[in-house]
Amino acid sequence: MITRLVATVLLLLVPVLGVWTFVTAPANGWWMPPTVSTFGPDIDYLFYLILWMVAFFFVLTEAILVYSVFVYSRKRADKATFSHGNHKLELLWTGIPAALLLVIAFSQMGTWAKIKFRGNIPEGEPLAHVWASQFDWRFQYAGADGVFGTMDDIENPFEFVVPVGEDVLFNLHSRDVLHSFSVLEFRLKQDAVPGMSIPVWFNCRETGSYELICMELCGWGHYKMNGRVRVVTREEYDAWITEKQADLMSNGMEERS
Amino acid sequence: MSAELVTPVAPGLGTPGWVREHHEHHELGFLRKYVFSTDHKVIGIQFMFTGLVFFLLGGLMAMAIRWQLAWPWTEMPVVGKLLFPQTGRVITPEFYTMLFTMHGTIMIFFVIIPLLTGAFGNYLIPLMIGAPDMAFPRLNMIGYWAMIPAIIFVLTGFFVEGGAAAAGWTAYPPLSTIAGQGGQTYWLLALTFVGLSSMCGAINYVTTIVKMRAPGLTLMRMPLAVWSLLIAALLQLFALPVLTAASIMQLLDRVLHTGFFTPANLLVNQLNPETLDAAAGGQPLLWQHLFWFYSHPAVYIMVVPAMGMASDIIAVHARKPIFGYKPMVYSMASIAGLGFIVWGHHMFASGMNPALGMTFMVSTIMIALPSAIKVFNWLGTLWGSRIRLTTPMLFALGFVSMFIIGGLSGIWMAATPVDIYIHDTYIVVAHFHYVVFAGSVLAIFAGIYHWFPKMFGRMMNETLGKIHFVGTFVFTNGVFYMMHQLGLAGLMRRTADPYAYEVFAHLKPVNVFISICAFCLLGWQVFFAFNFFHSLFRGRRAGRNPWSGASLEWEAPTPPGHGNFDRELKVFRGPYEYAAPEVEQDFVAQARDLRAEVAESA
Repeated sequence: MITRLVATVLLLLVPVLGVWTFVTAPANGWWMPPTVSTFGPDIDYLFYLILWMVAFFFVLTEAILVYSVFVYSRKRADKATFSHGNHKLELLWTGIPAALLLVIAFSQMGTWAKIKFRGNIPEGEPLAHVWASQFDWRFQYAGADGVFGTMDDIENPFEFVVPVGEDVLFNLHSRDVLHSFSVLEFRLKQDAVPGMSIPVWFNCRETGSYELICMELCGWGHYKMNGRVRVVTREEYDAWITEKQADLMSNGMEERS
Repeated sequence: MSAELVTPVAPGLGTPGWVREHHEHHELGFLRKYVFSTDHKVIGIQFMFTGLVFFLLGGLMAMAIRWQLAWPWTEMPVVGKLLFPQTGRVITPEFYTMLFTMHGTIMIFFVIIPLLTGAFGNYLIPLMIGAPDMAFPRLNMIGYWAMIPAIIFVLTGFFVEGGAAAAGWTAYPPLSTIAGQGGQTYWLLALTFVGLSSMCGAINYVTTIVKMRAPGLTLMRMPLAVWSLLIAALLQLFALPVLTAASIMQLLDRVLHTGFFTPANLLVNQLNPETLDAAAGGQPLLWQHLFWFYSHPAVYIMVVPAMGMASDIIAVHARKPIFGYKPMVYSMASIAGLGFIVWGHHMFASGMNPALGMTFMVSTIMIALPSAIKVFNWLGTLWGSRIRLTTPMLFALGFVSMFIIGGLSGIWMAATPVDIYIHDTYIVVAHFHYVVFAGSVLAIFAGIYHWFPKMFGRMMNETLGKIHFVGTFVFTNGVFYMMHQLGLAGLMRRTADPYAYEVFAHLKPVNVFISICAFCLLGWQVFFAFNFFHSLFRGRRAGRNPWSGASLEWEAPTPPGHGNFDRELKVFRGPYEYAAPEVEQDFVAQARDLRAEVAESA
């Protein structure tokens, strides 16, 4: 009797606490931070779509399990139902999940293509080349001549300064091992692979400073390989580039004159 | 001439095995009987003890990981002085990367796979199909002894210059091929020997199941545990060579400075110039493809046998036939089949062609279907059953409950756009621990409690077993459930200090809670260890069939002697004839000849 009660309660706590944890998590901040990129809401929508379907089947199956364990573990003299299965039920619980899974699969495709496919990547020259190495980030801008690899290139460590509300295209590189460029608020993540130049883009809707996280194991210092993405208005961005440019061309004597 | 030298012959192809055993049996010395044994039961038990010892080792590593995540860079109490004397009792980031690398490696290659396929595969297959032993007993012995160099190599890593492997259990190049971490070379050697061990097992399991089933035991009358082990063995046969080849290629990259995986023009801090000069033209993504071509099927090697064992245990203790036997077989087979075309879902963020990512997404999402079918059929089995809440049954029910969580959370990871966000976060950690720990490990516990009487001739203590279940179930969820929340908050895997980022500072209470649950989870296993060893010597004597099971292993004496069975077996029906109306008892054993009984009584 005690075993029966304990088993039922334990199995019942799984869906109850499971759902409760997910319901209360956002209030505690144990949840996705609000998104600020243009494709962020699309990803969040797909996440919630799957969450609702998953939650339904989670509660349904766990409830049937709890009910069965409670009801059929009662001591009885008679035998169990002698059944080897039911063809109609099998068709039902194959067909419905199959259809739902196909719906999930096909609903992902548009967003994936929009974010990742080469054809949908913003046209034109990239704003910057982003270089990852153990354990820091460097951001290389083309400078005044608009051409990468020339004398006036600006290389900024740690902080990636980009204009707000514009498609920001950059090429991601690694100098040594694998790294991953990830900004939670942008819902963006892309591995940096040595020997590959991977085009990545985002469009941030709000100015602010966001943490750049290396998400792929890159050695002992992986945990501290952080950076910043500072999203500023177009004017501030141009001013920043000009200032950096002046810095680069300076011989350090101008202020004195 | 000893009995081992005679190859057991498949029924129908010559003298049946059990006939041979009767007139050739003689006593073997201790070494031949218990150490260099060719008996599948002894080898299975050897795998079990090895696996359990490594389970403790891998578990202790997990505790160190949890200490660091809850209280990073803090002096470790009690054992800190012993383990980290040079670093002020603190785990260094270098050692932390070794810890999670070796935790994963040990748990996967030295615990779960050896326990499921090595221990249960060896022990159960011949007994459940009514065979006297494996088809190739010597190869079987080599299979176990190949684990010994693997164990030596994997542990050697900790004592060589540069320390143990520290590139994650996935060993992605170039991190794994550049200099430093001398242990990586030993890690690759260890993996090669583990592969050899699995291969010897897999060849044996497939041959034994195909050729040595008792008369009347058609494929569709095999217990699901046997089906699951056959499917796992086929997965190993077809996928493992790829990993072995890739490991050797990485070994060549490291030792002979070839350039399979290391690209040109690397600029690495603390570099070994020799390595980098030679390395050129390699492609890091190639390793990822080859590695996951084995290691994703390996995930199914780690869960399909658990499914099969849980099915058998549920049927026995629910006293009801498995609901939808054929769909159960087909769904396991399709999990394995689809398992070969889903490896790319580990690489959605890797820089692989996004069009390829889309196809991998569809195959991965569809693999949820056979998993769902299995869950529904387990629930169908329980419906209208007469459940006996024994310890093995509690663990099997726990397995079903936990597998539901692990299965469902996989859908997020399969969905490519959602995966952009959750890739490499703790939600992935939550997902695979729900499948492999909360799923497979609970099923392994169920299996140990269920087949312990057959293995050792004694029952395990039920009260202790139930106490073990309650704590294990509660703390397992305490450890792994909130990892979903950590992952949703974006916390990355494999970080030595989550609080190096402002966005993760508020997650500390969650990590502290998880760590405390983890310490309790490991501590609670005392109930298991005590029960296991106490029952080994003092447990209540078990009869031939203590659970009233219908499958063939319960026909053998307890514990089974050399050659397994003391009578000729013939199979008349499927393995799950519980609650059958034609007899008074609530089960009809597979080998029970009802017609002969009727003829006799008439």
